[in-house]
Amino acid sequence: MSTLVGLKVTLPRVTRSEWIKFWSLRSTWITLAAAVAVFVGIGLLASSIGGSDAGGQPGPGAEATDPTSLSLAGTTFAQLILGTLGVLFIASEYSTGMIRSTLAAVPKRLPVLWAKILVFTGVILAVSLVASFAAFLGGQAILGADGVSLSDAGVLRAVAGTAVYLTGAGVLGLAIGALLRSTAAAIATVFGTLFILPGVSALLLPDSWSDTVTPYLPSNAGSAFTAVTQGADQLGPWAGLAVFAAYVAAAVAAAAWRLRHRDA
Amino acid sequence: MIEVHELTKRYGTKTAVDGLTFNIKPGIVTGFLGPNGAGKSTTMRLILGLDSPTSGTATVNGRPYAEHTAPLHEVGALLEARAVHTGRSAYNHLLAMAATNGVPRSRVEEVVDLVGLREVARKRAGGFSLGMGQRLGIASALLADPRTLILDEPVNGLDPEGILWIRNLMHSLADAGRTVLVSSHLMSEMAVTAEHLIVIGRGRLIADLPVADFIALSSHGTVRVRTPHAAALHDLLAGPDVTIAGIERGLFDVTGLTAAEIGDRAAGAGLTLHELSPQQPSLEEAFMELTKDSVEYQAHGMKEDAR
Repeated sequence: MSTLVGLKVTLPRVTRSEWIKFWSLRSTWITLAAAVAVFVGIGLLASSIGGSDAGGQPGPGAEATDPTSLSLAGTTFAQLILGTLGVLFIASEYSTGMIRSTLAAVPKRLPVLWAKILVFTGVILAVSLVASFAAFLGGQAILGADGVSLSDAGVLRAVAGTAVYLTGAGVLGLAIGALLRSTAAAIATVFGTLFILPGVSALLLPDSWSDTVTPYLPSNAGSAFTAVTQGADQLGPWAGLAVFAAYVAAAVAAAAWRLRHRDA
Repeated sequence: MIEVHELTKRYGTKTAVDGLTFNIKPGIVTGFLGPNGAGKSTTMRLILGLDSPTSGTATVNGRPYAEHTAPLHEVGALLEARAVHTGRSAYNHLLAMAATNGVPRSRVEEVVDLVGLREVARKRAGGFSLGMGQRLGIASALLADPRTLILDEPVNGLDPEGILWIRNLMHSLADAGRTVLVSSHLMSEMAVTAEHLIVIGRGRLIADLPVADFIALSSHGTVRVRTPHAAALHDLLAGPDVTIAGIERGLFDVTGLTAAEIGDRAAGAGLTLHELSPQQPSLEEAFMELTKDSVEYQAHGMKEDAR
């Protein structure tokens, strides 16, 4: 028999375990590939369509024809796919019963959440950065003379910010998945938060409230740092990033509390 | 060594485990018996810290499970419900589990061979039969060469060869000084597997004793008698403390007299006996007898309805 020496649970070891878990599921590969394809594909498509009637003025209300935003137009859908991947990374452990094995191996529990966030953030940030720059550069190539360059004011921040936003959406999904422990409920919550909430609040809230509340919704706070220019009704880039990060941090904190204090 | 002290777990208003106290000693296989819903699985979850007790304590090798630095080396557990992601291969599942506690890849290879999963190790666990799933669960329990083994219904779904294998495995681990706690609803399996029994019903401790004592405890001293002179023998044996229950023509069970007494009386009267055998209750019967007041889900009125 192998001699087993130095057995001990450490965060690097739990992270390694989560790394193995992440890549050993076919659904991870499919979902990641789908997210990249949708994100880059929509960006290129929007650039070729939007570019034809372009000459658009970047600025308030002209978001749809801003060359940078055109090439990053896939964000809306990619965030949902990555949010779903985040949900699956932990909620599927509850639905399959795997969580019992996981927590029996790491009974202090919290290292599991930290390790999952580390692995997920690392992978998704890397993939999103590559995809984000690919979509931008591809889109600008299509736009040609109407396009912008990375060296233009605010463009690099918007492109890199998009990768950060997509990663944050994924981690938000992970945290909500850990909090709700149900794949279906968590995916519905992610979709509602990122996709439906902005429209609903604009529709249902009285204008005076809506104007105050809307900029602080997660996806609107996100678009404040993923676009080159911000509308008058939007937060500034850094304020947007701070608000968005606060949502993610709050969801992670709630997930950590539930994982630590509730029966598995 | 597992020490459970005044352990209580309530889910809402329902008490699943109610003031349980027992110790599981190393070096022997201890059986954990109880009807469905008695709280066996809950107790095991409490020992592993998957659920936290409402009150009381459970410790493994002197500490709460969660406070060990290498938990998988302290306790290897096979839990009743499958605890494997269905989309992951058996090998990757074991590899991920091993990584958490620093168990090397070579050991993963070893347990794969040990449980006989080599040929399907690269296949998705979701496609496994119940028996293969159990083998995978046992493989992950053995990963870090644990000092204590907790197995919830390990023979479930195993073929006879697999049952023999797990039985021998448990005995060899116990002989090597490990603590082995195994739950089963198969009493016949317990009779050949366990040396000691913890019996619970409705979350409460019913018995904590060696298997042999458990059977003796619920023996009523029934003697089975077969004779061609049924009527004459019946008159000879009848008495205030004696019950005679006819089974078929010329065959009956006598309670309240020993086999020797019955034989002597028959010989004295010159009656022929074709059979005279003291009845040992099976472990099943002993179990039913002990737990009849604590069965959660009982099938009521079946006989009455059948008439």
